[in-house]
Amino acid sequence: MTAPMMRVAAAIAAVGAVVTFGAALAQDRTADEIAKYREALQDGNPAELYEARGEEMWKAPRGPNKVAFTACDLGQGPGVVKGAYVQLPRYFPDANRVQDLESRLVWCMVHQQGYTEAEATKQPFGNGSKRSDLEALVAYVVGQSRGMPMNVSLDRPQMKDMYALGEKMFFFRGGTHDFACSTCHGDDGKRIRLQDLPNLTTRHGAQKAYTTWPAYRVSQGELRTFEWRLNDCFRQQRFPELAYDSDAAIALTTYLAYNANGAAYDGPGIKR
Amino acid sequence: MPDPMKIRANHSGDTTEVKVLMNHEMETGQRKDSQGKVIPAWFIQTVTATCNGKTVLSAQWGPAVAKNPFLSFKFKGGAKGDKVQIAWVDNRGEKRMDEATIA
Amino acid sequence: MDPARRQALRTGSGMTLLALVAAAGWLRPEEAAAQAWNKSAFDTKSVDDTVKALGGSAPAQSKDITFVATPDIAENGAVVPVSIVSNVPNTQAIAILIEKNPNTLAAVFDIPAGTDPAISTRVKMAQTSNVYALVKADGKFHVAAKEIKVTLGGCGG
Repeated sequence: MTAPMMRVAAAIAAVGAVVTFGAALAQDRTADEIAKYREALQDGNPAELYEARGEEMWKAPRGPNKVAFTACDLGQGPGVVKGAYVQLPRYFPDANRVQDLESRLVWCMVHQQGYTEAEATKQPFGNGSKRSDLEALVAYVVGQSRGMPMNVSLDRPQMKDMYALGEKMFFFRGGTHDFACSTCHGDDGKRIRLQDLPNLTTRHGAQKAYTTWPAYRVSQGELRTFEWRLNDCFRQQRFPELAYDSDAAIALTTYLAYNANGAAYDGPGIKR
Repeated sequence: MPDPMKIRANHSGDTTEVKVLMNHEMETGQRKDSQGKVIPAWFIQTVTATCNGKTVLSAQWGPAVAKNPFLSFKFKGGAKGDKVQIAWVDNRGEKRMDEATIA
Repeated sequence: MDPARRQALRTGSGMTLLALVAAAGWLRPEEAAAQAWNKSAFDTKSVDDTVKALGGSAPAQSKDITFVATPDIAENGAVVPVSIVSNVPNTQAIAILIEKNPNTLAAVFDIPAGTDPAISTRVKMAQTSNVYALVKADGKFHVAAKEIKVTLGGCGG
């Protein structure tokens, strides 16, 4: 390279450095302001309204059999809610199945309260005036694990199988866009517009992400559960719909919940 | 019967701080449903807060207040054990009143 | 009818029934909340029209009105936290106006004596806009403004 060309190249590099620096600075300021927005939201979380509704629902006799959820065993004994969420999913011998919180609630609705499967899963996700009982129940139960460390156990062979299936699903590319969960969540430093994407393959990323769901999603105006989050990810990847209470949903939940072990559960959260 | 609010009231020094979360759709009247029909406006219009028989805050709201409204304010007075009442009326004439004990 | 209430109603003196009942300490909060709602103020579509509908005109810019804990960027316009503190003496009311909303006025708060002239709430914003804190104090109007940017978050909100 000739001397003049080198001077030009150096000048371009210098300008490039300034532009990059400026863009990075602007991005930092934006990130700071977004952080301020998220912090301001923490003060009053409408999830508490769902928790209150859920608590009442938990104690009331319901369904054709008029049985309350106080008979429902979430893994710590019938009716025990405190600390139940951080040990889910788990294998339940009475159902002969690994279940997450939502599928366990459905199981109790069907096998104890007398609802049909269709009745119990009619409205898993609320929509304005069409409320979801499950969302309120989930909010109540998860709130009772607030501050407790995630502690999912893979001791049982069924749990090991579910974890392996979840891991396989996480990296499985499919759908019209050839996406996998790992496409967005398999590396550090990824984002979509202003949304930073957690790296769910690392313990730290999985912990940060899993412990703030379920959450009141401001853009949805509803409390959203973990199965909702997975269902919406599937929608965004242009995958077929993730069925509620399915082994697929439970497998992915098992994979992510176990990866989050050790972190203090911080939900229900509040997000944009 | 509308769902209950969550009210927190805490006294410190000479001031009581009140934080309220209300259960309400706060529908703007701007949205359309899947059939293209306008979803009618439905929102809290007036709010009143009282303590020991005295109004400590009153407000008029439009549908631009966010869904499941949050409200926080402070007033001089009140004591631990006193009660704070919050009442609202919406544009359908529905009402809700809840009270909380000042901690 | 309860004797205390009958007593209060007898006093007359030109007060409204509501005020009389309140004076007798018999006002139930639901009744207090059945106050008038200023429909015309909530229908206005510009900051100037809103100020007029609230009984004011040409509010003075004031450095004594501040937005606290109110972020510059809202990740979603459905819920935007707005906190306003007024250090204008004798603040009687604080109103939140959002310039680019379909209707400008979001909320008006009447501040009785003894209540801090400071309000924290959450509003909806249709798009990036100036947000005005309009304060009525001693019958005069003062205003401060802040621009809040509204974004759509990541994947389809």
